Amino acid sequence: MNEGIVVAEMTADVPMQYGLLLAAVLFSLGVIGVLARRNIIFILMSIEIMLNAAGLAFIAAGARWAAADGQIMFILILALAAAEVSVGLALILQFYHRTVTVDADAASEMRG
Amino acid sequence: MLDLLALVPAFPLFGFAILFITAGTLPRGWIAAIGVGSVGISAILALIVAAGFLSAQQPYTQIVWRWMAIGGFNSAVGFYLDALSVVMMLVVTFVSFLIHFYSAEFMADDEGYSRYFAYMNLFVAAMLVLVLADNLLLLYLGWEGVGLCSYLLIGFWYRDPANGLAARKAFVVTRVGDTAMVIGLFVLFTHLGALEIQPLMQRAQESWPVGSGLAIAAAGLLLGGALGKSAQLPLQVWLPDAMAGPTPVSALIHAATMVTAGVYLIARTHVLYELAPPIHTAVAVIGALTLLLAAFSALNQTDLKRILAYSTISQIGYMFLALGVGAWAAAIFHFMTHAFFKALLFLAAGVVIQRLHEEHDIFRMGGLRRRLPLAFWSFLIGSASLAALPFIDAGFYSKDLILLETWNSGANGPWLWLAGIVGAFLTAIYIFRAVFVVFFGPVNIEPEGRTGFAIAVPLIVLSLLALAGGFVEIPEYLGGIPAFTELLSAVLPNPPSLTAPTASSALAGVLTGIAALLAMLGVAVAFVAFLDRPAFVTRLIESPVGVTLQRFWAAGWGFDWLYDRALTRPFVWLAQLNRSDIIDFFYAGVAWLSEAGWRLLSRSQTGLVRWYAAGVAFGSATLIILAVFA
Repeated sequence: MNEGIVVAEMTADVPMQYGLLLAAVLFSLGVIGVLARRNIIFILMSIEIMLNAAGLAFIAAGARWAAADGQIMFILILALAAAEVSVGLALILQFYHRTVTVDADAASEMRG
Repeated sequence: MLDLLALVPAFPLFGFAILFITAGTLPRGWIAAIGVGSVGISAILALIVAAGFLSAQQPYTQIVWRWMAIGGFNSAVGFYLDALSVVMMLVVTFVSFLIHFYSAEFMADDEGYSRYFAYMNLFVAAMLVLVLADNLLLLYLGWEGVGLCSYLLIGFWYRDPANGLAARKAFVVTRVGDTAMVIGLFVLFTHLGALEIQPLMQRAQESWPVGSGLAIAAAGLLLGGALGKSAQLPLQVWLPDAMAGPTPVSALIHAATMVTAGVYLIARTHVLYELAPPIHTAVAVIGALTLLLAAFSALNQTDLKRILAYSTISQIGYMFLALGVGAWAAAIFHFMTHAFFKALLFLAAGVVIQRLHEEHDIFRMGGLRRRLPLAFWSFLIGSASLAALPFIDAGFYSKDLILLETWNSGANGPWLWLAGIVGAFLTAIYIFRAVFVVFFGPVNIEPEGRTGFAIAVPLIVLSLLALAGGFVEIPEYLGGIPAFTELLSAVLPNPPSLTAPTASSALAGVLTGIAALLAMLGVAVAFVAFLDRPAFVTRLIESPVGVTLQRFWAAGWGFDWLYDRALTRPFVWLAQLNRSDIIDFFYAGVAWLSEAGWRLLSRSQTGLVRWYAAGVAFGSATLIILAVFA
């Protein structure tokens, strides 16, 4: 009995479409959050949601074709997300220092 | 000895380089030593080379280096020595040396002393390149070089805007001729495939029949260049204004050497003119017309230097007349004697003008005979030579030779001779008018200062040359030793008196007698009209017709007025019409369009991060939709 068969048996219960649908819903929520929210912390959180949605899509696909690649990609995305959050939070702190607000629209000095 | 040839133009060029690089930081003594010395060495070298040439009696070519080689086109910096260029080289170097020597004292108080000698040395180098070049491209380099120096030296006292204007006028008017000449060179090169003068002339003779269109075009275009440089009709307007430069410059460039470059060019390419009879006739007619028009103008000038300027135009007219009737050697002979006596006249006039505090008007001078004896005798000798008073001076022999050959030149000969003889009569009147008005009568202005050694020596040497320079060619009635024309006969074809004479020797004697008598009569007329009984001339000038005519002639037959109305004003009008350049509309439109695009696009740059994110989202969605459904 090898591992590939075990994974295939485990996922037989949940079809891939459900996983992808959930990922799409999450991604859309993230996009809406980025576009609609003005609070810069919420924008960062929405970006995190979008990243997780992408990761979920990889997991679902990996389960469907019983390949380890999806999980490897998810670990990469986790690392990316950690880096991104640290940079993002640093930016937010700087931004707050300068403007004493968390409103993203306050940063519009680069207007053409 | 002959291989020293390349050093003849090199020394003045070195002199120029030193004076140019040091830019006036040298002491005055050094400047004079370099400026005069370089031309002096050049003159000595020219003498050695000439001696070598006379003993070898062979044309000599020296290729110094390859100038350029592009595709099938090769051009060398090469010098060619034959009888014609030997004569030119000797006259140019010696007259230049004398004038440089004179300038060392004449210009001594000028702040631009070093600049003056730098330009003069460059001029001598360019003039020597012009006369020694073995190909037409190098000749053209010298041709433009002398034009540049002429421009720089006319505008030498550049603080006065009028001098700058005169310099620009000289440059632009000669440029008109030079453009024709360049096109002529293109014609020659494209059809004959060479610019080296000797092979070129040979090929022209082999491949073009007499009167062929290409020969006429080439000769006519080269003639255009010669007319501009030598101030002949209709491009003569620049020379009287060129007198704005220092007087030694007028003597060297605008009398003795540069303005005769056109004569040299035509003599050098005489094969082309023999292949193009209409152009050859045109040369004679232009010469005859120019010598008459300029003589009338000279008669009505009051500025001493302008009298001499019109006289130069008139004398070069004689040279063109000689070239046009095929008396090639006579033209070169007259070039030589003219270089002596006209340089002498200018240098003597320079002394008069300087000693009278820059006074140019002859009617404010007077009685200078005893005050300035050296200038008087020099000017008198120069005038006698210019007026061709018989037997005693060089001008008589060269002018007489030209007039005789003109008579012999076929059906039109007597008419051209008539023009020449009337011109000779007028020449005697106008130059002795200047002599009598300036040096006789009551003293108006007392001269000041003194004339030193460096000015006296060139005047004396040139006086001797203006008297004795004609004896290199002794005419038949004095024994007949035509050494000069014999020397040149190796290069230039025989004159009409040898090929198809129409005048017997008795008739030739009569013609010479008429010329001699008319010259003396002219002096007598000048004496009566301007010294003995001036009342008659005054009445004549004050009559209504006299006033108009005098004004018309004094203004050079209104050519300046005509060119101003016919060319300058329409051009200025067009320029003003097109002030906001029509072609610029296109480029301005391009600029306006890109600015409008910038305004449009800069609206999208709101600076709001969410706006950009929306752009990214919308764009990605569009791409995905396109990828999936299209």
